[in-house]
Formats: sequence, structure tokens, C-alpha cells
Amino acid sequence: MAKDFQPTVATASTAPVSDDDTAAPRKSATARQRALKPVSFLLLAVGAFVFLFPFYYMFIGSLQTEPDTSVAGAFPNFGNITGQNYVLINESINLVRGLINSGIFTGGVILCTVIFGIPVGYALAQMQFRGRGMVFAMMLLVQMIPFQLLLIPLYVLIVRDYGLADSYLGMILPFAINSTAVFVFRQYFLQLPASLFEAARIDGASEMRILTQIAIPLVRPAIVTAMLLTFIGPWNEFLWPFLVTKDVAFQPLAVSLANYISNVAATAANPFGAILAGACVLAAPAVALFIGFQRQFISTNIGSSAKG
Amino acid sequence: MTTSSTVGKRRDPGASPGSAPRRRKNLLGRQPLGLAFSAPYILFILAVLAYPLGYAVYISFHDFFFTAPGVAVERPFVGLENYIEVLSDPDVGRSFVNIGIFLIINVPLTVALSLILANALNRVTRLRTFFRVSYYVPYVTASVAVVGVWLFLFSQNGLVNSLLGSIAPDPSWLVNSTLAMPTVALYVTWKQLGFFILLYLAALQNIPEELYESAAVDGAGKFRQFWNITVPGVRSASVLVTLLATITGANLFTEPYLLTGGGGPDGASTSPVFLMYQEGILQGNPDTAAALGVVLVLGVLVIALIQRRIVGGKDD
Repeated sequence: MAKDFQPTVATASTAPVSDDDTAAPRKSATARQRALKPVSFLLLAVGAFVFLFPFYYMFIGSLQTEPDTSVAGAFPNFGNITGQNYVLINESINLVRGLINSGIFTGGVILCTVIFGIPVGYALAQMQFRGRGMVFAMMLLVQMIPFQLLLIPLYVLIVRDYGLADSYLGMILPFAINSTAVFVFRQYFLQLPASLFEAARIDGASEMRILTQIAIPLVRPAIVTAMLLTFIGPWNEFLWPFLVTKDVAFQPLAVSLANYISNVAATAANPFGAILAGACVLAAPAVALFIGFQRQFISTNIGSSAKG
Repeated sequence: MTTSSTVGKRRDPGASPGSAPRRRKNLLGRQPLGLAFSAPYILFILAVLAYPLGYAVYISFHDFFFTAPGVAVERPFVGLENYIEVLSDPDVGRSFVNIGIFLIINVPLTVALSLILANALNRVTRLRTFFRVSYYVPYVTASVAVVGVWLFLFSQNGLVNSLLGSIAPDPSWLVNSTLAMPTVALYVTWKQLGFFILLYLAALQNIPEELYESAAVDGAGKFRQFWNITVPGVRSASVLVTLLATITGANLFTEPYLLTGGGGPDGASTSPVFLMYQEGILQGNPDTAAALGVVLVLGVLVIALIQRRIVGGKDD
């Protein structure tokens, strides 16, 4: 690739400046480059506003006694602030219960991904065994399988045949091992020198010991990133837990809030206030985690997407 | 696409000359324990993905209905009957048209906006982290939560309409049969854009800086540089972005379910997955729903191949 580029670059830079309509001496070319920075900056600022405003509006709206949809309503008005909406939504859907259920669902997925995903990632990166290529190909293919095709058979199997409706196991099962996280583990283990593991093997260390005492301590940041990456899936997942849980006691917050939006909202005095209050509670953990760990988060996505 | 090169580059520990002498060649490889390490994952994939995948196809060709667990019933093979039923259903046709509208708006918008913003982000050094984070926040937030704000923003008397004043559409966005699907498409574009910006940002790092320098020397303006260097330079990312955006579009469920109150108005924003839920689970016809799933996936595959042709250029 780079070889192909070289001649082009050479000819391009030695070629005479012939396009006179766009031609400009060196100096002004760099000056123009500098002049364009504010344009980029402005573009980014407008983008940031569009992306962040709904979140700000979500929070402001959740505090309003009366939903104020006028332009003035977008600014904090101390006469119109209340915590009542949070009380209201909590009376309709038990927020703590919902958060605990979301936590168990998400925690279960993360736990399974870490416990079962790390050994696969290690084996794919640093072990020679028959079928490794197949496991790797499977891991990539799995990420291509659209969930909608699995929707009906999984529902038939898990809810009808295995009777796992209204259970945490039924919720967790289809998401148990996140293949993207496995891929991230493999990429990190691949970066460690193979000689390290060869030496440990020659010294007689068992593979299990090599994994737990050498490999895992060296890829600790990968584990954090993979956990974060895995977190957003089940925490935000709606369709599957919605199908599996009809019993309110097992519903994750996303499901109970959605049910509130589609059913109960019409009867509440201030449905928007209550909905937005619930939305804030649901959004807060993910947003906080993401902002707190944003460095790991972004590098994971870049790493996994650019390489995969 | 790029994975094959990763596999190819993978070194073979112990196989390089000068390393420790080869130990006995085991039938299962040098570290057969690797199979044991992979076993839970292999089992997981077989049980939760591979088997259901086959089962979906099986269901779609049989007269399948829900039974109590453990009850053995006859489920006769019906050939293409379920497929015929699905394809002759006007609701299904409508949902595919809706997805078509969705994709026509969402995919080009996603590609254009994410590439432009990624390119701008790549140039700016000040507040870079802030911008990155703010673009990514919608992506990491549950759709159920953000749908709440969009309902508020786009309702009849919502902020968007009060800003627009007299040019506000009537009936309002989400209850307007021509605007419902475009609004959903706009919502999804907004929600997913951060992820695609990061994808492009990564791809931009692979374009050698010299290309821009020499183009600038040659007098190419910013726009020509963008068009002639940046756009072709991130082509493989564009293929990935269009593919992922298409898959997301085909998977649409939460948005029509909540944002437009169940695919309303009058089915103007139903999606195939929403119909699968309605048909298969609410009305108890898993066989037609499974057939719809198969049709949908085949449709996505065809669209993806066409897109690859268009976006991928000659070298693909």
C-alpha cells in the first residue's frame, strides 16, 4: 500500500503548479489551512450543541413542575423547579428495583464475558491448537449475524422450551459472551511477545498458570475496556428483556420505563416530567461511566473497528 | 476485510527459524488445552447462535405454533407457505418501504455527517476530548431514555414546533404519516453518529500527511483535498459504515415502538422487526415471523452487496 503511494507523492510534489484556477503559492496554501481551522471549530461546536442539547433538555425537563415547551422553557426557571417528577415515576415504576435488575442483567453479562472470554482470547492469540482458525472465523462471523433472525427461535427456545421467562438467566443467556470483547482480548494478548509464553512453558508452567499469573496481569487495561464495551449492550438493551420479562419484578429499567412511556404515561399529571425523570435515571450510569473512563472507551472502539 | 491481513501477519510461535526445537507434534496442536479454553465460547455460540439460526430457517418452513414445554405436537412441513403469506401481506410491504425510506435518509446522512465531523475533529486540537465525548454520549445512552426527550422535543407543542412557529408541520412530526419515518431516521442518525465519527477518525489516521502537503503545494484547495484525498482514503471505512448503518436500520424496533407509538400513524413507521414482534409473539404466529426474519436478512444482504459495489469503488 505504502509502496503504491510513494511515486504518486513524488510526482505530485515535483510536478509544476499547473492548475492556475486553484493554484496558490506555498505560503497562502498554509495560510488557508490555518484560516480553515475556525470553520472546523465552528462546525464541531454546532455538532456538540446538537448532540448535547437533548441531554440538557432531558435534565431540565425532569425538574419542571409544569412542562414548559416554549423557548423560555429551555432555560432554568427557579419558579418551576421540582423533584416531584422523580417521586412520581418512582411510584409507577420502582426505580431502585429497575436499576438492580439492570445491574444484575448487565453484571451477569460482564462476568460471563470476562470469565469465559479471556481464556478464548488468550488461546486465540498465544496457543497453537487444532481448530483455532475455526474458532477465530466463528468469532468474526457471529458479529455479523443479525439479531432479528434469532429473535423468534431464541424466544421459542428460551421462553417456551426452557421456561426461562421472567428469570435473569433467560435475559443474560443470548448476550452471555460478548464476541467483540473476545476480539479485544485477543488483540491485546497478541501484542504480548510470544517468547514470554514460550519461556514460561519451557519452565514448566501450566497454561492456566501462565494465563492467570502472566497474561492477565499484563492486559489489565484491556479488561477494563472490554468491560466498558460490554456494559453498554445489556444496559441499553430493550427488545430482548422486553420479550423475556413480563413480570415487573424482573424488568430492567429500560423495559419498565418503556412500558411506562407506552402505557401509563397518558394517566399521569405531568407525563413528560415523569418520563424525563426516569430517562435521567436510566441514562446517568452509562453517561457517568463513559465520561469517567472515556480514554479507554474510545481507544477500544478504534482498536476493534479499525483492526476488525 | 482487514482481518484477513491480521490473520496472515500472525506469527507462529516456535515455527520461526532459530527458536527452540520443535516439540512433538500433537494431533490437537502444540497446546491442545487451547480447545478447553475455547470450549465454553464454542458451546455458547453453538447453543445461542448457530442452533437458533438453523432453527429459524426450520420454523419458517413449517406450520409452527407455541406449545407448553415438553408437549410433542405435529408440525407439518409447509414449504414456502409462510413465505408466500409474508410476501403477500400489505403490512410487510409497507414496513419494507418504510425501511427503504429510512435507509435513503439515514445512510447518506450518516456517511456525510460523520465523515465531515471526523475530518473537522482531526484538524482541531483545542477541546478535542470534549467534542469526542459529546458526540459519543448519545451512542452510549439507552434509546429508551433518549426517546423520552425526542417525544418531548417533537410533540405537538414541543420546543421544535415552538421554534418553527407557523412553519411547524401539521400534524406534528411523529403523528404525521409523511414525516414520521424521516423523523425516526433523523433520530437514529443522531443517536449513532458518534460511533461512526470514531470509525472515520481511526481511518483518517491512516492517510499519510504528505498527500495533503503535496496537494496543497500543487494548489489544491481544501475542498478538492477533501474530495480527492480524504474521501478515497477512507473508502474501506465507508464500506463498513454503510454496512453497519444498514444493519442498524434493518434492526429498527425500539424507535417505531416508542417514538411513534407502535409504528404509527397507521403503519407509516412500522418496521419489519416490529411486525415480527407483533405477528410472532403477540399473535402467536412464529412461523410467519421467522419467514419474515429470513426475508429481511436476505434483503439486507442484497442491499449490502449493492452498497459495496457503489461505495467500494473499482478495487473491491
